[in-house]
Amino acid sequence: MLDGPQTLSVSIWRGTGTTGAFQSFEVPRQGSQTVLDVVSWIQQNLDPTLTYRYACRVGMCGSCAMMVNGVPRWTCRTHVNKVDQGGALTIGPLRNLPVIKDLAADMDPFFEKWVKAEGLFHPARTRHEEVARVDPASEARRTADRAIECINCSVCYAACDTVAGNPDYLGPAALNRAWSVVNDERDAGRAEVLAAVSVSGGCHNCHSQGSCTRHCPNELSPLDSIAGLKRETARSFWRKGR
Amino acid sequence: MLDLRLYMLQRLSALVMAPLVLGHLALMVYAVQGGISAGEILARTQGSLGWALYYGLFLVAAAIHAAIGLRVILAETLALRSRAFLDLFTLAVGAVFLILGLRALHAVTLA
Repeated sequence: MLDGPQTLSVSIWRGTGTTGAFQSFEVPRQGSQTVLDVVSWIQQNLDPTLTYRYACRVGMCGSCAMMVNGVPRWTCRTHVNKVDQGGALTIGPLRNLPVIKDLAADMDPFFEKWVKAEGLFHPARTRHEEVARVDPASEARRTADRAIECINCSVCYAACDTVAGNPDYLGPAALNRAWSVVNDERDAGRAEVLAAVSVSGGCHNCHSQGSCTRHCPNELSPLDSIAGLKRETARSFWRKGR
Repeated sequence: MLDLRLYMLQRLSALVMAPLVLGHLALMVYAVQGGISAGEILARTQGSLGWALYYGLFLVAAAIHAAIGLRVILAETLALRSRAFLDLFTLAVGAVFLILGLRALHAVTLA
């Protein structure tokens, strides 16, 4: 038998684009129930028109993030009993992104900023050359290691108050990715990445409030990555004047 | 709305201001001993090139720092995205602070 109320009172955002309202549902509580289980139960038993997004259910694909009681979370790995408030759950689409429908946010601005931040590999060799050897114990590799487990879930982007106030800001995930590229010894585009994160919406707009690091489900620290980018761009400023 | 140049300008102006603020606070504590009067302050500052340079540097750094800081606050509070408007605002605020500051500095040191 579960402790507390046997039914969950769930408020779910319903609507398309900028219009919509919360709709209430009653959902039976179950042991080890996740927030994604709750949303799926509603869609399968109460309202098949409820729109949401998920794929792997094991915290790898990064597609099921939503606002749960005002906090961005990966819903497949968030147990209801850790986050419910006396049996109440309020579930909405990710903050800081346009809404397509119900709980499905439009991820385009999020991924467009990855491209703007040059968070992509710039190869230095062709397939005909030997594979580059990277020492796993080197400082650059260990620094890159701390940033590479990102699953692109956009939880940090939804948590970021700087993104909320400055729509041009590239955001923690894109800058975290840029930092892992800067630390990739094989990458030939270091200067391009540093230039891309130094523009008007770049890493220098971060206020170091740390919501990204606090909420990252994979316990990465975009805050440290952005601080690293600020340091490296400042160094390159003294060297090259930009 | 902050690029690398504005970021560096704000950091460097802060770096310049930090020791000047401490010096200013120390001077205030010293000057207030046994009461303070306009005459006493003017006796120290008037005709002093040293104080003119000290506070001159201070106010240039403060004008730069405050103009960039207000630019960020304005842009984020009102979600302003126009680069041209923000540049104009930053320059105008910096210029006003600089002019007011230089007038006051001139009055207490060189006038």
